[in-house]
Amino acid sequence: MTKTKVDLSWQEIEVGGVVVNPGNAAEYKTGDWRSIRPVWDKKRCVKCGVCYIFCPDAAINEIEDGYFEADLFYCKGCGICAHECPTQAIKMVEEEE
Amino acid sequence: MGKRIGLEVSLSAAEAVKMANVDCVAAYPITPQTHIVEHLSELVNDGELDAEFIPVESEHSAMSVCAGVSAVGARVFTCTSSQGLALMNEIVHIMPAMRLPIVMILANRSLSGPLSIWNDHTDLMSIRDCGWIQVFANNGQEVFDNVLFAFRVAESQKVSLPVMIHIDGFILTHVIEPVEFWEKEEVERYLPEFRPVHALHPDSPVTMGAFGMPSIFTEARVAQDEALIQSKSEIISAWKELGDTVGRYYYPVESYMNEDAETLFITQGSFGETVSMVIDALRDEGNSVGLVMDRLWRPFPFEEFRDAIKNAKNLIVIDRAISHGGQGGPLAIEVRSIVYNQKNKPNITNFICGLAGKDVTIDDFKKMYKKSIEKIKNNPREEDFEFYGVRGK
Repeated sequence: MTKTKVDLSWQEIEVGGVVVNPGNAAEYKTGDWRSIRPVWDKKRCVKCGVCYIFCPDAAINEIEDGYFEADLFYCKGCGICAHECPTQAIKMVEEEE
Repeated sequence: MGKRIGLEVSLSAAEAVKMANVDCVAAYPITPQTHIVEHLSELVNDGELDAEFIPVESEHSAMSVCAGVSAVGARVFTCTSSQGLALMNEIVHIMPAMRLPIVMILANRSLSGPLSIWNDHTDLMSIRDCGWIQVFANNGQEVFDNVLFAFRVAESQKVSLPVMIHIDGFILTHVIEPVEFWEKEEVERYLPEFRPVHALHPDSPVTMGAFGMPSIFTEARVAQDEALIQSKSEIISAWKELGDTVGRYYYPVESYMNEDAETLFITQGSFGETVSMVIDALRDEGNSVGLVMDRLWRPFPFEEFRDAIKNAKNLIVIDRAISHGGQGGPLAIEVRSIVYNQKNKPNITNFICGLAGKDVTIDDFKKMYKKSIEKIKNNPREEDFEFYGVRGK
C-alpha cells in the first residue's frame, strides 16, 4: 500500500492488503518529508564515501567525478551525512534557501 | 455416520483437529484449555497426526507462528484461554486484517483479577471487536462439528478470515460427553484442501502486513469489515452442508419454544442447555416463556435475531461478563441497540451471572424470570442490569 495507490477504493484493495508488486516502496517519495537538505562543498570533500555508507536511506549516490550527491526523491534530510563527514564538507541548508 | 464414543470434550476437540489434518499446531498450555494442547502433542508424537507441533514460549509467539504458517498456505490450529488471549492480543487483531484463516478454540475463562481459572465470558468480550468470525458451542458434539466447520469457513476463498470457537472452560472442556465422530470420507468431502488467496512463495513474491498510510487505512478497514459481514452467507451454507453431511444442523440463532412466548431468555454458550430445561419447567407452571441462543457472535446475525424475538414482549438477557461502567453485559448492550429502532420495543432485563464458573442452576433462572416479571410490572423502561445472587446487594 504505497502512496501511489491513494486513489484505491475499498473494493480495489487486494485481499488482506497484500502487496502483489513487491518492492514498490521505491515508488514512495520520502523526499517531501525533508525540511533541510545536504549540500556538498567539493573543495572540502575528499571523496571518502563516509556519507554514502552512513545514509540510512541509501539516498546518496556516487557521481561521475567521484564526488557524492543526495537523491532528493528519497533524502529525508536527517543530516547524518553532514554529522559523519570527516572534513565537514556537507552542510544542511533550509529548503526555503 | 461415524462412531459414537464417550470422551472428554477437550480430547474430542483435539480429535476433530486431527481429522481436519492440520499441518501445524502452535499453542501454549493454559488452564482450562490444557488438555486440548496436550492431546494434540500426543497425537503428533505418536505419529497419528502428521503435523508440526511447535511448543512456543508464549501465546504471543503462538499466534505469531500461526500467522507465518498460514501465510505460506498451511493449515494451522491454536487454542488458548483468558490471560493467554490477553498476551496474544496484539497478533489476534492483525490476523483478520491480513485475512489469514487460522482456527482457534478459546476455552472461555475469566480475565484476572482476582486471579481465576474458572469460566466466564470476560476473555472473549475483550476481543469482541477484533474482526474474527466468532461462534459459540454449547456441548461436546458442537465443539467437534464446529472445528471442521471453522476450517471450512475460514479457508473458503470468499471468506479468508480467522475463526474463533468459544467453549465454556471446565463446564465443557473437562466434561465427558458422548461425541459422534465423522467418517474420514465425510471430512474429505466437507473440508477441501486449503487453497489460500495469497501465499508467501519465492516464485511469486508478495508483501504481507504492509503498513497503511492514513490515505488508505479507512478503505482497508472497510474491506476487512465487509469481508466479515459478507462471510455470513458462507457460514450459513457451511452449516447447511454440515447438516447434510452428518445430520446435525446449526444456525446463527437457535431458538426453543420462542414463537408464541411472551418472555424470552437470551443466552450465549453452555447456558443455553440449562435454560432450555428452565423453559420446560416454567411452561409446566403455565408461563409463556421461550429461549433464543446466540450461536454466531461475529458477524452478528441481526436479521435472524430480530426474527427470533419478533413476537416477544420481554427479553431476559443473560450475560457472563460485564462492561465495567457501561450498561450491563455486552450481550444486553448489543440486544438493546438492536431493538432500538423497532416500533414495539420489548422490555429488557439483564442479569450478570455465572462469573468465574459460579453455578447457575435451574432454580436461579426461575428466580431471574420471576424478578424480571416483577421489574417489568413496576418500571418497564428501566434500562439497568443486576448482578444476580451477589451478597450485599
